[in-house]
Order: sequence, then structure tokens, then C-alpha cells
Amino acid sequence: MSTLAPPPAGVSTASPNAKVTKKILVLGATSGIAEATCRIWAAQGAQLFLVARNADKLAVVAADLKLRGAAYVGTAVADLDDTDKHPELLAHAINSLTGMDVAYLAHGVLGDQASAEQDFEHAAQILFTNFMAPVSLLTWLANYCVQRHAGVLAVISSVAGERGRKSNYVYGASKAGLTAFLGGLRNRVDREGVTVLTIKPGPVKTAMTASMKGSEKFADVNKVAATIVSTIDKRADNLYVPFQWQPIMFVIRNIPDRIFKKLNL
Amino acid sequence: MSSLTAEPEALTSPTSAAPQPPSGPPQFESWGRYPKYGAKVVPLNWQGDFPGVLAGSHESALPVGLGRSYGDVCLLKDGTLLQTTGMSRLIDFNPETGVLTAEAGISLAQILDFAVPRGFFLPVTPGTKYVTLGGAIANDIHGKNHETAGSFGNHVPCFELVRSDGTRRLCSPTENPDWFAATIGGMGLTGVISWAQLRLRPIVSRALDCEHIQFHGIDEFLELKQQYQNVEYTVSWVDCVSTGKNFARGIFMMGEHSKAPGELKPSPEPKLVFPFDAPAFALNRTTVSLFNTVFFHKQMKPHVKAPQDYEPFFYPLDKVLHWNRLYGRRGLVQFQYAIPWEHAKEGTIAILREVAKSGLASFLAVLKAFGDVPSLGLMSFPQAGIMFALDFPIKPGITFPLMQRLGDMTLEYGGRLYPAKDAAMTAAQFQTFYPEWQRFARFRDPLLTSSFWERVTGEKSTL
Repeated sequence: MSTLAPPPAGVSTASPNAKVTKKILVLGATSGIAEATCRIWAAQGAQLFLVARNADKLAVVAADLKLRGAAYVGTAVADLDDTDKHPELLAHAINSLTGMDVAYLAHGVLGDQASAEQDFEHAAQILFTNFMAPVSLLTWLANYCVQRHAGVLAVISSVAGERGRKSNYVYGASKAGLTAFLGGLRNRVDREGVTVLTIKPGPVKTAMTASMKGSEKFADVNKVAATIVSTIDKRADNLYVPFQWQPIMFVIRNIPDRIFKKLNL
Repeated sequence: MSSLTAEPEALTSPTSAAPQPPSGPPQFESWGRYPKYGAKVVPLNWQGDFPGVLAGSHESALPVGLGRSYGDVCLLKDGTLLQTTGMSRLIDFNPETGVLTAEAGISLAQILDFAVPRGFFLPVTPGTKYVTLGGAIANDIHGKNHETAGSFGNHVPCFELVRSDGTRRLCSPTENPDWFAATIGGMGLTGVISWAQLRLRPIVSRALDCEHIQFHGIDEFLELKQQYQNVEYTVSWVDCVSTGKNFARGIFMMGEHSKAPGELKPSPEPKLVFPFDAPAFALNRTTVSLFNTVFFHKQMKPHVKAPQDYEPFFYPLDKVLHWNRLYGRRGLVQFQYAIPWEHAKEGTIAILREVAKSGLASFLAVLKAFGDVPSLGLMSFPQAGIMFALDFPIKPGITFPLMQRLGDMTLEYGGRLYPAKDAAMTAAQFQTFYPEWQRFARFRDPLLTSSFWERVTGEKSTL
């Protein structure tokens, strides 16, 4: 360190132990879990680019994250069902961040199972938002990451995708498709240095679920978010959160259909 | 997008859910866990959610936060509770002035996590950090620094009040001052506070320089209070069980933010959770006496000085989540009064004697002097004099007659009880404690009411 010459391009001046500032693209940034996750990243000084549908909500979330310490917060208002616009949106986001270490896909709809049973249009809408749109995003993002041999694609799927149940099988089917797609994508891109993380959340206590029966026993959204952040750092493949859902879903998956079909799940 | 089934994945979807009808045990309890009322809980996640979320509802409603008030001021039997905790975003912070602007559902714990690493602290804090900013304003809470700082509302430059007719008012001491005064200490009845400003105070360390001094009796307490009147934070624990020579013995605890620069990192999450409802006999005269004797003598000398982190100094009970389970399923009631100086000493001695005689007291008893900084709220509780707070386990046939007696004694000595802690005061007592209540009632939102308000006024929502 005797000269004041600038370091060669591409060489970080930070000490190896210093926390690397992450560049994170968040899709569906105003959802409860996404926002809680972003608060942790913001406090770590991350650079964030947030995409959401509602401009007012996006603006208050962005202002909050900036105050909490995010080094940069960029935003774009977009309806992610509009897959034609994905390439332009993603390129703009990554240009704004000047790179991308993590893409966090947290958007999706629950839909209304009862309407989906009667109305194919509604069922198709759920499948499009929860499956087709992420496939479009991930195709572009995976190729971007493969080119650079780096990156984490962290995607919120669901335990509902592990087995179809009468209470929400259309939603479950969309998430089952997403989980299968992520499994195959991981198989393809892992050898290229790209991590694909499938996140399967269990019930989480948010203000939104305050009215649900038994909600006092649900997981704390901030703890769920902390687990997601640390799992992304570990570059793991799958995450059940809270972890108890892994054995629970193991049991659910292995109930024989002759019994399962009689259950009210 | 309209139904919310009990599916895990519901939680990640940005869906606006219709609330489910209440069934089974109440989903929302106050801290005393008494009374227990069924109510619908509807979240307010965004500043624009109210009053739209109530469209088509024919029930009255009440905004609530974290449910840390003790009785029924945060309950509404068979109504709709509007839970604000999802509105917890920061809006602005000015490091020059220390003024923080945030959505009203943010908790004081979340504010501390933000403020402490930046060298700021709450201007006034209660004994728990798990209350919301909106709740702190609505109950005009006080802390150990009341003598120098007044109550919480004294540090709120302005806030926005949203009425059920959709009107939004910016309220401050100069803008809509009547609405400002009605809403501070207004128990959530004047409308929903969507966001508020809070003037934080600078600190250079997490630590406080603390002193603990034993005292015997109210005279010694008053001498200490006089001697240390310039110390920022003072509070006393008092033994309410012992009689004779140990009557009203206690520990006078004080602290000031350390002036030596030190650590400013945020606090770790609490790890201890009180795991189950204690049996009804867990708190009795013997166990409480034993606790009190140990607690009184835990300091080997009558006077000790030591630095202390702010967590154990301000929030000793927050270390154990759900400590209210110690009181068993029946719950607890709190008795908290402020008696003006004129009768403060005789009133306190008389009430302490009555409490000791009952044998019902718990070990959580707090004695403090209130200063003369006037509160800004029409219905604020603090007034210059002696403040005393005590928890009682609920024992059928014993606790409530005692509460009634103590309430009447408070009245006799010119004091008042604290709605945020109350589950027992009568309408007659309330209306004497708070002579402005009828003027305040004119500011109540016609859609909003609480079980407390209905109990002490007999007024029902106009719906």
C-alpha cells in the first residue's frame, strides 16, 4: 500500500473479511415476507432493486428500506403477468444495480379455490401468475447468471406444491410446477456456478393472518426472513421454513391415496 | 384473491383477506388476559387501509397495537379490532433534530433497533418496549423520567389522524390543536393514527450509570426523591406484603444515560419464553414474601452504584416473553393510581396498608413520583404527585372487591386510575377521575369504541 494508484479493474479494495455489499433484485417487494427480508438486507447495507405492482406501497417500502441503511434502493412498478416486458424490466433493474448477486422472487397470488373449481379462466390466471410469469423471469435471469458463472436465484414456492389438496389444489399445482421447474433449473445451472434456492414457507404470523384460527402459533415473519437471508448466504438448494415443515410434508407426501382422498386437508 | 384459507402460502400472497368470524378462544388478548372477549381482528397493513377495510361492516371497531395495555381499553366485545402492527415503516429521520417519522404500528423495540446504533434513544419509554408508537400516543404513556420529560405526548411534534368518514387531519399543537389534545391519551377512540413524529434524544452509549438505594417506608422514599430530583430516571420497587418494621420497604433505583462513549449496537432478541400458564396457587403470600425478601436483600449493601445496559434497566420483564402466564389462565389485573401531592403521602400509606392487609399483592409493585410537566392530552393520566402500580392475580370473590375499595380510596385522596391498566374502575369513578370525559366524547369517532369506553360511559357506538 505504498502507492496511491487505483486498484486494477475488477479487484475489490475491501478486506476479505469485510461484509460484501450484496446487489439484490426483489420481485414482489411489497409482500409481507419480502418486505421483512429486505429490512434485514437493508440493515446490512445491501443495494436493492424493488419491483411491485402498486406504486404507492412500493414508494413507502422503498423509503423505509433506504432509512434502514440500504446503500441503494431502485424501484420499478410492473405487473409481472406482462411477460413481454420482462427482458426490458430485468435489464433495467440490473443496470440500475450495476450487477446482481441475488434475485429474490416473492410475488404470487393465492387465488380463490372455489372460483377456480368452477371457472377455468380464474384457474388459468393463478397458474399464469404463480408459474408462467416466474418461468419467464427465471429463464432470463438464469441465462444472465450462467454467462457470469455467479448468482443466487431464491424463489418462494410453497409446501402446498408438495401434494394437491382439495382446499387449494390449483394454487398447489402452480407451486408444484414451479418447484419442479426450479429442480430442473438447478440441475442445469449449478455446474455453472449458479445457485437455485427453493423456499417453501409454512404458516407465518403477519398482520394479515391475525384473523386466522391458531395464528398465535404461526411463525414470526422476521424469524422466517432471517432464515431466508442466512440460507441464501449458505447457498443451499432447498429451505423449509420453519424447519418443522420438512418432516410434516414428508408425512403428507407419503400418505397413500386410498386414505388421502378421504381426508379433509 | 378474496378468500383467505388457513394455508401457509396465504401469508406470502399479497391478497386482501376477508376476516374470519371469531370462533374458539379470543385471538386477541390484553396483557392482563382479563376480560376475554371474542372479536374479529382485521389488519391495517398500509396507511390507506382505513377506513376502506371496514366497508360493508356494521360493527363498531377499535384500533389496537400489540395488546400490552392490561384491561379492556384494547378490547371490543363482538366488534372489529384493527391491528396496526403491519404499519411499521419508517418514513423520515432527521439526524440533526432527532425527529423520526414512522407509521403508527411500529413498535418501540423496532424504533430502538433503528435509533440506538445511530446514537438516539426514546424520549420516554414505559417498562416494556413491545408497544406501538400509536398505542404510546393513544395512552399517553409515561416512563421513569416523568419528572424531567413529562409523558410521551410531550415529544410528539405531530401525527396524522384518519377518521372513519375518510377525512385525514394533520394534528399538532398548532394545527388542529383540539384534535391533537383529544387524541393524545384518547385511547384510540378519536380515529386511526396513520403515522406520527417522535423527537428522539441523543445518547453516546447503551449504558446507564445506575444507583440502587434501599429505603424503609414512604418518608425515606420521599427523602430520596427530594435528594435525587435532578436525576433523569427514577423508579422504586416496593414490598407490598410486609407489615411492621418492614412496611413499605423498597429499593429506589435511578439512572442516567452514560456520558462516556460506549457501545451503540442494537439488542439481541429475547430468548426466554414463559412456557405455560402457571397454576393458580403459584403466586401466594408465602412465595411473594420470599421473593420480596430476596429481592430487597439482593444488593449486599444499602447503596450500590454500577453501570447497567439499557435493556435490564428499562425492560427487565421483556427478557421473559409472555411473563403474564405466571398469573395463570385467569389472568391478572393491575391497580395504578396517581395522587396529587396534597394527599399523596397519606393516600399512599393508607392504600399500601390496605394492600398489605389483603395479602393478595404480587411482587411487581412500582412507586414513583410524577413531575409537574403538564401532559398535552385531554384524557392523559399523569399528574404531579405519587404514582403507584401493582399487579393482582385474579382470585374470584377477593380481587374485585379489593379493587373497588382501592378505587374509592384513590378517589377520596383526589387521585385517578389509569385506563390503560384498568379492568375494574366503575363508571362513577371514571367520570370523577376524568372530568373532561364529556368534552372528550365529542371527538370520538362514531365508528370507534372500546369495551372500556362502553363500561365507563354506558355509551354504545352509534351504528
